[in-house]
Order: sequence, then structure tokens, then C-alpha cells
Amino acid sequence: MLRVGIPRALLYYNYYPAWKSFFESLGAEIVLSDKTTKKILEDGIRVAVDETCLPVKLFFGHVINLKEKNVDFLFIPRLVSVERKRYLCPKFLGLPNMVNHLIKDLPPLAELDIDVLKETKGFYRELYNLGKRFSNSPGQVYLAYRRAMKALKAYEGYLQQGKTPLSYLEGAAPGEETRPSRDLSIAVLGHSYNLNDPYISMDIFNRLGGMGARVYTCEMFPESAHRLGVSRLRKDIFWTFGKEIIGSAFYLLEKKMVDGVILLVSFGCGPDSLVGELVERVYKRKKDIPLLYLTLDEHSGEAGFLTRLEAFVDMVYYRKEILSAGGTF
Amino acid sequence: MKLTFPHMENLYIPLQTVFEELGQEVIVPPPITRKTITLGARHSPEFACFPLKVNMGNFIEALEAGAETIIMAGGTGPCRFGYYAEVQREILRDLGYDFEILVVEPPHGSLVGLLVNIKKLANYRSWGEIWRVLKLGWQQVLALDEVHALALKVRPREREKGAVSRAQKKAIEMIAGSRTPEDIAHSREAGLGLVRGVEQRELTRPPLKIGLLGEIYMVLEPYVNLELEKTLGEMGVEVERSIYLSHWIQAHLFPKAYRPPDVEEMKKAASSYLDHFIGGHGLESVGNTILFADKGFDGVVHILPFTCTPEIVAQSILPEISRDRKIPLISFSLDEHSGKAGFVTRLEAFIDLLSQKRAHREPAAR
Repeated sequence: MLRVGIPRALLYYNYYPAWKSFFESLGAEIVLSDKTTKKILEDGIRVAVDETCLPVKLFFGHVINLKEKNVDFLFIPRLVSVERKRYLCPKFLGLPNMVNHLIKDLPPLAELDIDVLKETKGFYRELYNLGKRFSNSPGQVYLAYRRAMKALKAYEGYLQQGKTPLSYLEGAAPGEETRPSRDLSIAVLGHSYNLNDPYISMDIFNRLGGMGARVYTCEMFPESAHRLGVSRLRKDIFWTFGKEIIGSAFYLLEKKMVDGVILLVSFGCGPDSLVGELVERVYKRKKDIPLLYLTLDEHSGEAGFLTRLEAFVDMVYYRKEILSAGGTF
Repeated sequence: MKLTFPHMENLYIPLQTVFEELGQEVIVPPPITRKTITLGARHSPEFACFPLKVNMGNFIEALEAGAETIIMAGGTGPCRFGYYAEVQREILRDLGYDFEILVVEPPHGSLVGLLVNIKKLANYRSWGEIWRVLKLGWQQVLALDEVHALALKVRPREREKGAVSRAQKKAIEMIAGSRTPEDIAHSREAGLGLVRGVEQRELTRPPLKIGLLGEIYMVLEPYVNLELEKTLGEMGVEVERSIYLSHWIQAHLFPKAYRPPDVEEMKKAASSYLDHFIGGHGLESVGNTILFADKGFDGVVHILPFTCTPEIVAQSILPEISRDRKIPLISFSLDEHSGKAGFVTRLEAFIDLLSQKRAHREPAAR
């Protein structure tokens, strides 16, 4: 049985159920890298160019982790575009190339270019090229693809019920089901690969849960909400994840659905440097929902992070109490 | 409607020509200085890439000088540049300026699409008139680039330091002041003559040759690249630039049939290392490094704005090319905090390494 290695990083949080279903339908065994540890991150930092963003450095670390796991292929797709007129960030466009040139002695990469801007026929050819490493029957590859898409639909539906990716992917304790102890709802906006890796996000979901807040993320809002949010922009935004973040931020502002918003951005993230700026400016002008803008990098200390988080949650809570008592804040 | 636009090397010359000839009033932003950069950086997102910050400085200084309408280019991603104008508009608005930004978007990345936008900017003059004026601007771009390429060749041979830069400055002024095809042709000739006429010394052996590549704004704008080309030239190095404004315009705005053939050549060269576009100039940086190596250059200088995503992808791949093709390479990531002293020291060390490498390779030349 062929073993396919998948790094537990970046788009793992968005597409893993689909990948798993695809490769397993073709009779392959999936090997995941270990959960993020200090060593994994440090290994990634060592090979990366200094200015690379934190999640990509971490991805390199996970690839290195898979090197020792005796896999036949590493699955590193190149996601160029997953919807019309929008791209992923340039680093996703060059990801397989960066991995290949920065990390030595790797098992062969199983690549797949995903680009909806190109014709569909091209995609099926790519897909078949990937699938034929496992099966000679184009029918079986197509079937595996259908199953993968179905698995992805199911996953997205699950997330929209307000559940976190980790509870689906890893059966983690579903923190969101414990009843919030305070009447407080906070949206955490950011890339899912930052938010859902507890090592990187400093376990922000459970921390907020522990402070009594109910947590919302971008994935919990349907596409239509993102679209409504971005319709406020003068120029449509050409990054998919940027659209989700800014769309959710403006949607929340319009619906006044939450008491506070936290924008979690990793250092060196190109799109977020602009997306974050726009969100911050609009929130500041409106003054309806408090916003906390947190930047993460490999030097972030937990203590300082927690202090800011606690101060923000308390502020949001007291603000809400004062406002509901008819006061001004 | 008093127009302004961001600086990028000599871009202001053709733009001023085009808009003034169409009857618009133009306010050229003051030349980039330390103050421009400080102003721009103060009001820009901290982790935005450097060109956005310098643009901001240009805009603020131009608005203070009375400009009302900013002309800015757009884009369709994935490089951040395509979204600059949207962010800059919001920042300037919060600063309280009364202005308008006209973003020239390439709807299909074609010259035709661009022309539609230009008609609006062109006072709705006739197409014939617009065509005449665009050709004038284009002629200036070509002349400026030719003078620049010649200056890069002559500078390492100049007898008196700075003579080429002075001659080039004069040539630029002449071209900028010419507004008819005959005048521009004449200024081009005279300008080239000025640079060629600089007193040159006899070199005992050919100068080191360095290829310069990277993100277009950093390569072109001498203030932000800490006058890299001049510094290298005055150290006695012949620099060849991979990007010129004229080349960029041909490669991106001209109809396909008129595109320079070296674009495909570059992509082909890159393909064994990077087989997909990544936005910005990342693919160009990879491909051109290989082409410089093939042409037997002594080294490559790669220059990028701090945190530039496409160039970081390139930077991740370049060291391997440098090893495989045995061409020394140095990357500089620059922003508002970059200082010239440290930069020059690193350049000098790099040049020393190149000379030693050459002496090692050609013992006879010693």
C-alpha cells in the first residue's frame, strides 16, 4: 500500500477531509505529520528565508517531520485559485517549488495544480496524473474525486454549524459545546491555519472559552455572508482568504452580531497587511464593535499575548454591561 | 483637475508629457527624500511593502502642493500592488485630504482596456490626439532607457567619479524638455553623445559584470535602492539591469505579437526551478538569474522590498540556482530602516569575493 504524507499545516485545515477521502478511495494510506511542537517550528525556521511568514515556516517544519516517516509521496498541492477572479497568496503559488529547493532528500512530491481560472479539462488531466500513481483506471480516479468533493461539502456544512475544524479533523474536545459562562460573543478572524493550530494561536479558542466567551470564526459564516461583507468594498478583493476575513469583518459590523472582534494576523503575511489595515480603519470610523489587532510571529510570548487577550475581553464585557444599562462607553 | 502620480525613477517625465499635452494640469510630486519616506511610513500599515509607503509619501507631498487627483495603477493580483490604491485612498481620507484617486485598472491586461481608461483621463480628446501623445511619451521612455543602459556601461570606465551621473542627468533634462518627435530624437542623440563623451580610463582587464534583478520598483527607483547602480558602477562594476520601464510596458501592455521574445526565454529558463507564475516579479527573478549565469556574468544582485511575498518565493529558490550554476548571488531586502553604510559594506564584500573568484579562475590575468 502506498503511503502518502500530508503536512498538518496550511491548507490541511481547509481541505484535509477531501484529500483523505481521495487518497483512501484510491487505496493509499495517509500519514500525517505530528502535531506542531517547538522542534517542528524550529526545523521550519532553520530552512526558511527569514522574512517568510510564520505559517509557511511551520509548513516547512511539518514537511521535515514527514521525512522520517517513510512515506512514498508527499502531497503538496499548488493552490492557485479556488474561485473566479481570486487567487491564493503568492506563497501558495510557489509552495511545491519552495519545498523542493529548501529541503533536501525529500520523497517525491505528488503535485496537483488547482486553478479554477484555467479550463476544467486541464484540471481533470492534472487530477488523473496524480491519481494514476495509485490506480490505472480513470474511472476510479474520477470516483475518488467525486467522493473527495462530497467529503469537502460535508466538512463545510459541519463548520457552518458553528463547530471548529479541530473537532472534526482530530476529534478534539469540542470546546464550543460547553455553555459560555458570560453572555459574550467574540469573533476571531484570521487564516484557519493560524487559528486552528493551538501551538500557533496560543490555544486562543479555549482561552476565550475559559474567559466565558462564545467564539465565532470566518468558517461559521456562509459564503453569502462573506459576499455581503465584501460588497462594501469599492474594488473586489482578489485573495480568497482575504475575502473571507474582510467579508466576515464587514458582515459582523453591519449585523452587529458580536460584542468584539479579534483579528489574528501572522507577521509577514502580505495580503493581511492590507486587509487588516482596511478592517481596522473601518472599525475605527464606525466605533460600533471593539477590535483587537494581534500580530503573531515565532517570537511571540504567551504571557504578553494572554494579558492583551484578557484585557480586551474584560473591556468588551464591561462595555456591554454599561451599554445595556443605558450608559455610554 | 490637478493631476499627480507616484514617482518611480523617471516615470514622471513621460507621464507629465502625456497629461500636459492632453491639456491637463500636472503636479509632479517633489523628488523622493528622507522626509517623503518618513511621512509615507508614518501613515502606512507597518507591514505593508515598501513601495506602498513611498507612494504614500509622494501622495501626501503632492496633495500638500495642491494636487487634487491621484492617478494610480491597479492590478488583479495576487501581488499586493493591485490593492495599493484601495488602502491608500482610505488612509488619505482619514488624514482629511480632499482628493480623488483614479485607478487605471487593466481589465483584461491589454492595451485596449487601458486605452478605455485613458480616454477618461485624456479630457476626452480624439483618439488620434491621444495616440500622438502616447507615442510621444513612449519615445521619451525609450530614449531615457537607452541613455540609462549606456550610462551603466560607461560608468565603471569613467576617469572622474560622478562624471557619468552628471552627464546622464543632463541628458534626462534634455529629454524631459522635448515635446516633439524631432526634439526627442535630437535630445536622445545629444544625451547619448554626452554620456559616451565622458572621459574614460584605460582598463587593464574588463570590469566585473553584475546582473541586477528583483522587484521592479526597487530595481528602478534609485532613492529606495540606495543608488545601487551608481554605487556599483563607481566601484568599477558594469551593471546590467533585467528590468526597464520600456521593457515592462512592452511585456505587459503591448499586444501579444509585439511582446519582447525574451519574456518566453526567461520563463523557459526558470521552468526547471519554478514552473508557475507567482505574481509580482518572482518568476522573472528566477528566470533572469539563470539567464545571467548563462551569459557568464560574475554575479547577481537581487533586490526586494521587505516582506514582498513573490520575491520571498524567489529568494527561497535562488540560493540553489546560485549553487547549481556557480554564480554568486546576494539578496537585499530593503525598507525605510535600511541604511546606506551597512549596505555599501556588504556590496564591497560581495565585489571582493567576485574579483577573487575571477582571479582564481583566470590566473593569467593577475
